[in-house]
Amino acid sequence: MAEDSRSELLSLSAYELAKKIEAREVSATEAARTANARVEEVEGDVNSFVTTTPQLALERAERVDARMKNGGIKLWESVPIAVKDVLSTKGVRTTCGSNILYNFEPLYDASALLNYGEDMIVVGKANCDEFAMGSSTENSAYGPSRNPWDLDRVPGGSSGGSASAVAAGEGWWALGTDTGGSVRQPAALCGIVGLKPTYGRVSRYGLIAFASSLDQIGPMTRDVRDSALLLQAIAGHDPRDSTSANVAVPDYLAELEGGVSGLRVGVVKELMGEGVQPGTRETVESVVRGLEGAGAEVGEVSLPHSRYGLPAYYIIAPAEVSSNLARFDGVRYGLRVPAAGVHEMYRKTREEGFGDEAKRRIMLGTYALSSGYYDAYYAQAQKVRTKIIEDFRDAFSRYDVLVSPTSPTVAFEIGSKINDPLAMYLSDICAVPVNLAGIPSISVPGGLSEGLPVGVQLMSDHFTEPTLLRAARATEQVSDFKFTLKP
Amino acid sequence: MQTQEKRTYQAVIGLEFHVHLATRTKMFCGCRVAYGDEPNTHTCPVCLGHPGALPFTNEKAVELGVMAGLALNCEVASRAVFARKNYFYPDLPKGYQISQFDAPICTGGYLDVPVPEGTVRVGITRVHLEEDAAKNVHVGESGRMHGSVGSLVDFNRGGTPLIEIVTEPDIPSPEAARATANHLKAILQAIGVSEADMEKGQLRCDANVSIRKPDGSFGIKTELKNMNSFRYVERGLTRELERQQGILEEGGRVTQATVHYDPVADEVHELRSKEEAHDYRYFPEPDLLPLELTAAWVQEIKSRLPELPEERKARFIKQYGLSEYDAGVLTADAELAGFYEKVAAEADPKQAANWTTGELQALLNEAGIGIPESKVEPGHLTELIRLVEKGTVSRSAAKDVLGFVFETGDAPSAVVEREGLASMGGDELSGTVDEVIVANPAEAGRVRDGDKKVIGFLVGQVMKATRGGADGGRVRQLLMEKLDGQ
Ligand SMILES: [Zn+2]
Repeated sequence: MAEDSRSELLSLSAYELAKKIEAREVSATEAARTANARVEEVEGDVNSFVTTTPQLALERAERVDARMKNGGIKLWESVPIAVKDVLSTKGVRTTCGSNILYNFEPLYDASALLNYGEDMIVVGKANCDEFAMGSSTENSAYGPSRNPWDLDRVPGGSSGGSASAVAAGEGWWALGTDTGGSVRQPAALCGIVGLKPTYGRVSRYGLIAFASSLDQIGPMTRDVRDSALLLQAIAGHDPRDSTSANVAVPDYLAELEGGVSGLRVGVVKELMGEGVQPGTRETVESVVRGLEGAGAEVGEVSLPHSRYGLPAYYIIAPAEVSSNLARFDGVRYGLRVPAAGVHEMYRKTREEGFGDEAKRRIMLGTYALSSGYYDAYYAQAQKVRTKIIEDFRDAFSRYDVLVSPTSPTVAFEIGSKINDPLAMYLSDICAVPVNLAGIPSISVPGGLSEGLPVGVQLMSDHFTEPTLLRAARATEQVSDFKFTLKP
Repeated sequence: MQTQEKRTYQAVIGLEFHVHLATRTKMFCGCRVAYGDEPNTHTCPVCLGHPGALPFTNEKAVELGVMAGLALNCEVASRAVFARKNYFYPDLPKGYQISQFDAPICTGGYLDVPVPEGTVRVGITRVHLEEDAAKNVHVGESGRMHGSVGSLVDFNRGGTPLIEIVTEPDIPSPEAARATANHLKAILQAIGVSEADMEKGQLRCDANVSIRKPDGSFGIKTELKNMNSFRYVERGLTRELERQQGILEEGGRVTQATVHYDPVADEVHELRSKEEAHDYRYFPEPDLLPLELTAAWVQEIKSRLPELPEERKARFIKQYGLSEYDAGVLTADAELAGFYEKVAAEADPKQAANWTTGELQALLNEAGIGIPESKVEPGHLTELIRLVEKGTVSRSAAKDVLGFVFETGDAPSAVVEREGLASMGGDELSGTVDEVIVANPAEAGRVRDGDKKVIGFLVGQVMKATRGGADGGRVRQLLMEKLDGQ
């Protein structure tokens, strides 16, 4: 295939590519080759992947093409994808960005991947902060990913590799996971769309847990329509995940172009003030004015407990992670550092296997759950969580969709925050309340500030993704941004 | 403890049972529950604790747990919460055990335990659901982790559904502790919650034990572990109480510790534990939703609950006219009760009870086995009772017959024939009586003269001559006839 037709393919959205393949104008195999070539070209710059899987992508693409001949496929199946390295892929190394799983090959595929299709054309396992803990991918044992908009800057995190892959065209879309902004914040920093579905909308079976009560798998895409299509591919009830909801999956594309006329949009007061960069605030305000112009009823809304979201999150998430990471003990899989006696083996394995941030959070969580401290920390944080849920319930009685910045700042420079955990944590201050409440939220590029993308965060009530996506589509239309491949 | 000491020192015992539930599959995955199979053949990503795998609750296990709670007169929670109990051990693949902590399925019940002096009411603190750990196999001479060459883990057992039953410290003696354990086991078996086979590890028992001092103050409790039979529960507790009392009498203080009972040496050993202050950091399991147990569902289970030992006991007293004690002994063991009912259906119920609780029970105890392992079938006992009734064998010879049946499993009639234990009847006995009269002319004369007191001597002589093979009443009757008629 000629160079220019490859670059033409690369300029398409996932939806457009899928339609082209459906119309037999191009094959899935050709799409896979194009993605692989693009990975070859830019991966040295962006480091989006822990493991690239060009051969697997080709084999699966050939199977997809064969199945198309014999009856057909689901629309999305022909689109090459990047998969965050915390999602289990059968027989394909899955590290979670950690040294402790440097050699781990799962026995099974995550349910969300199987929902997409057994022949999912995976171009690689995307880099991330270790066990999804971080906001820059600098906590990966496999080196930081780089923001395709500015290679000296972070792509955000923890799904930074997924974000940089999409922004750089290493696959047309990606899956990330979002525990406290880990899909939305890197999407914002890389100028793509990132959706965190309602907790329970997508099965967590096979998602290697960070914080079980907060984790959710989400689409990272070039535009809102792709986001709707990819959610369609992965959503659904799964009996293997007791927390997955037995709620019918609607057609997410059906209402997409419905517009925002009459839609009640509330701007969250507490998330527009202190700590938010002026350029970011102005971009959000400009998008809100655009929505108003498109017929939305805009007002201001208060989430009075949202400022306690971050502290509560940094109790609950580490508490769960301290328990979730206990299984990485060197006994059955992954890294084992031999030592005399089992306790010494545990100690050495975990000492060498985990990075600083993982250790920091294990210690935080262990402390928060300790007898004598449980009530003051974990139990108290759960009360705050309830207050935040009530805040949102109250807000959604008056508004259909809430708006805020996704991240208070644009992409920051690699190394600038890595030694200041609190500054790093503040990067997710707008995103975290959403996870605590379990509601869906999406980040849509709203424009540029200092030449870097700014994400606008939209939030809606549980299981109202169709409304959220419709508002996001309108946001995309009123914003001053158009997806173009970087670097 | 001696009676003398009971007045001054009082044992305070609470028991904790771990009971495998009789489900086909494991607590949180679809793997089969199996015993004695090739290691690691019943495993999956869930019970191996693989990354990303999630638990899903076995509904049958919840049902059986609730059944156990109902049988123990507990209150069933409308909302029960699974919790993680965090600790590191190679047999615990997730680094935590899914258990229940502050919201168990059942709380606040009791168990009325029959003891020789009457009944002891033992409070049930709670019943909660959890998963069992896997099994560590230590390679090397000692068979224990310490000093072993290496350790292997068999995950077949990992994830087996369990209930933990915790009693109040209401149990006054090691004997009562054993009776409590036996009674509980009988209940669990009767309602089909568990096979409760201790040898398969389906039922395990730990004890908390302390001594209330003469001034009424409570002592420090120790935890007694490693008791794999109820006999050891009793003996271990006895030894531990002796140990604690010895310390107190010497003016010392009991320290909180875990104690192991060594059945071979019949001794208890205090373990020096480095993990003294274990903090399990319990918190609600975020991978599982709380269990919502509706009143209607609980009621439905209650209506399906099979007959409990207490109910069975009441029925035995009424239906078979048994004494409180006999009915209690029979129903304390579900197998024994079932055996008895089969015998009682075909033979005189009182005789059936006498034989079952008397000679048969004695033989079982002596051999240290239960009814299922015994060669004696209900039909055997029925036949034996009939033979006695017909006078074919005497009561005393019948005991010997049962002994042979117990050993060989042969039918009583065959044993009687082979061993020549039949009562002498008709002509043969008459001949022996005649011989005794001839051999003892003086005594026979006195009977003829009306001195009936001497007849006992002659009966004894006949019994001696027949080696107990004759019925005493029949002999007396024959003697009277012969001596009166002349
Ligand atoms: Zn299993």
